[in-house]
Amino acid sequence: MQATQGIGKPAKERGVSGRTFRAAAWLGWQIESNWADPLIFFIYSVIKPLSGAAILVVMYSVITNGAFDDPMFAYIYLGNAFYIYVAAVLTGVSWTVIDDREIYRMLKYIYIAPVHVPVYLLGRGFAKFAFGSLAVFITIAAGVYFLNVPLDLSLVNWPLFAVSLTLGIVMLAMMGLVLGSVMLLIVNNANFMGEAVAGALYLFSGAVFPLSILPGWLQPVGYIIPISYWLELLRRSVIGQVAESFPTFSQFSDIQLLAILAGLTALFTVLGFVVFRYCDHQAREKGYLDRYSNF
Amino acid sequence: MDLAIHTEKLARVYKLRGNKKEAAKELVALRDINLDVRRGELFGLLGPNGAGKTTLIKILTTLLAPSSGVARVAGYDVASEPEKVRPRINMVSGGESSGYGLLTVRENLWMFAQFYGIPSKLANERIKQLLDIVRMSDRMNTKSSDLSTGLRQKMNIVRGFLTDPEVLFLDEPTLGLDVEASLDVRNFVRGWMEANPDRTLLLTTHYMVEADELCDRVAIINGGQVLACDTPANLKRQLQSDVIYRMEVSPLNDLQPEALEALGGVRKVSHEAQDGAAVLELILAEDDALGSVVNMLTGKDIHILNLQKREPSLEDVFVNLVGHSMKEAESDANG
Repeated sequence: MQATQGIGKPAKERGVSGRTFRAAAWLGWQIESNWADPLIFFIYSVIKPLSGAAILVVMYSVITNGAFDDPMFAYIYLGNAFYIYVAAVLTGVSWTVIDDREIYRMLKYIYIAPVHVPVYLLGRGFAKFAFGSLAVFITIAAGVYFLNVPLDLSLVNWPLFAVSLTLGIVMLAMMGLVLGSVMLLIVNNANFMGEAVAGALYLFSGAVFPLSILPGWLQPVGYIIPISYWLELLRRSVIGQVAESFPTFSQFSDIQLLAILAGLTALFTVLGFVVFRYCDHQAREKGYLDRYSNF
Repeated sequence: MDLAIHTEKLARVYKLRGNKKEAAKELVALRDINLDVRRGELFGLLGPNGAGKTTLIKILTTLLAPSSGVARVAGYDVASEPEKVRPRINMVSGGESSGYGLLTVRENLWMFAQFYGIPSKLANERIKQLLDIVRMSDRMNTKSSDLSTGLRQKMNIVRGFLTDPEVLFLDEPTLGLDVEASLDVRNFVRGWMEANPDRTLLLTTHYMVEADELCDRVAIINGGQVLACDTPANLKRQLQSDVIYRMEVSPLNDLQPEALEALGGVRKVSHEAQDGAAVLELILAEDDALGSVVNMLTGKDIHILNLQKREPSLEDVFVNLVGHSMKEAESDANG
């Protein structure tokens, strides 16, 4: 064997975030899409979200004796559909820590590369966002065509929808960064955290029932979760009258809700990077970056 | 002196948490390590498992914070300037099955090239070139999960060299590889250093031959301390006046190797049991001491099956420094 002449220069420091994000998103996409052949992957992508929605629809049908025309149904159905993003983005970003450290055992190599690790985690989450978008689309389309969810594209407030969706995805990604940072410090059982957090938020964010249904002493929990405001904005932008049927946030205008969401997103952005910096430092102190639990 | 790696009183202590009733214990993995590795050197860290080699590499590659002391790589402090160290280094760890199994060999390597800012076209050229060298070009489009352990390790080694680091850390790169693959890796490392004289390579190994064959200088490390640091030839020269015998005997029964060490002229004895026999490595001050060793063995009804006189090796240097063989040191470290 012979060795070759080297390239000879350290990696360029400019554009680190951009190339980190692109390569991480590419890797995430490959991991999400390459585990099965294309046909099986397509079938899985369609069936999985529909199965999740079907469980909810059957439960609703049994409890309400098939009252699909009630605004409550559209409220629940849309909340459940958009909540797919929570599981996809929040746990997608945070799960990358487990994926790379425990399963692929590559976290240490990512860490010593000239990348911005938070941007890498967000890039990996972006692939989950893309697949999540497909699932959200399929779920809502099925609701409109088969269950008469009253969605009229000409009545959708598209600017509000676009701004709300974008802010919400950023907010979820930053919540994922906080969670992923904490996972750096948890060697055992960290794999349960993402699902546990997503499950808890499902209950308190008004995804499947208005916050007003919660006992009074639990309602404040819902009001401090940014996802509650985000789901309300999405419902208002997609099917305004459904949101109006439930008075949880009726005291707020669209602009006020957007301002709250923007503020909470900014807060979580700062929190995400601060928590990451702290946990990164602690993980290096404790030697957790390449510690495997063999869970 | 142009130093690629410099450490000064570097120490690392792990706090091990017991159960709730017990207080946390401390494990000293490294203590007061002072090392200078010159630019362009192929430097070896030789020591048994648990000696502290990997801990040192983790600190030098910014994965682990030191408890105290200073460590600089390529001129930058690993604790306070990790972002300046990282573009200049790379690392390959042996004996593990890391890699994104869903990606092909080329995709795995290309992705890492992207992380290091290497243009895609150049990355692809270098991937092809390096895979040719390690005789893996026919596996370029194989998913890495379908590779054997040896091929996966070769892919990881290519990943380390692909980014052409100023300082490359190879942590037991031939661990778990067969003889032929190990030879390939050693030849590649040697060739790369010859072709890139301004690059620095720090290699950890517990294979004496590997360190002897490859390294310009070797530091012998045990129990978190550097016991000696010099060229392999100089280290062995310390034993030049000694005589070294390898003796295969029937089982030692109740005879302790320490009893042999108490004999006049016997400097060190290491012992290893092997398939109904025992192998003694004897470091003697002079040939005459062999007589008293033979007398003691025959007096205990122990038969000599084979006897060879040989030149000093790094293993002998280790035995001379530590007092027992590398394998015995590993057993001690594993408790």
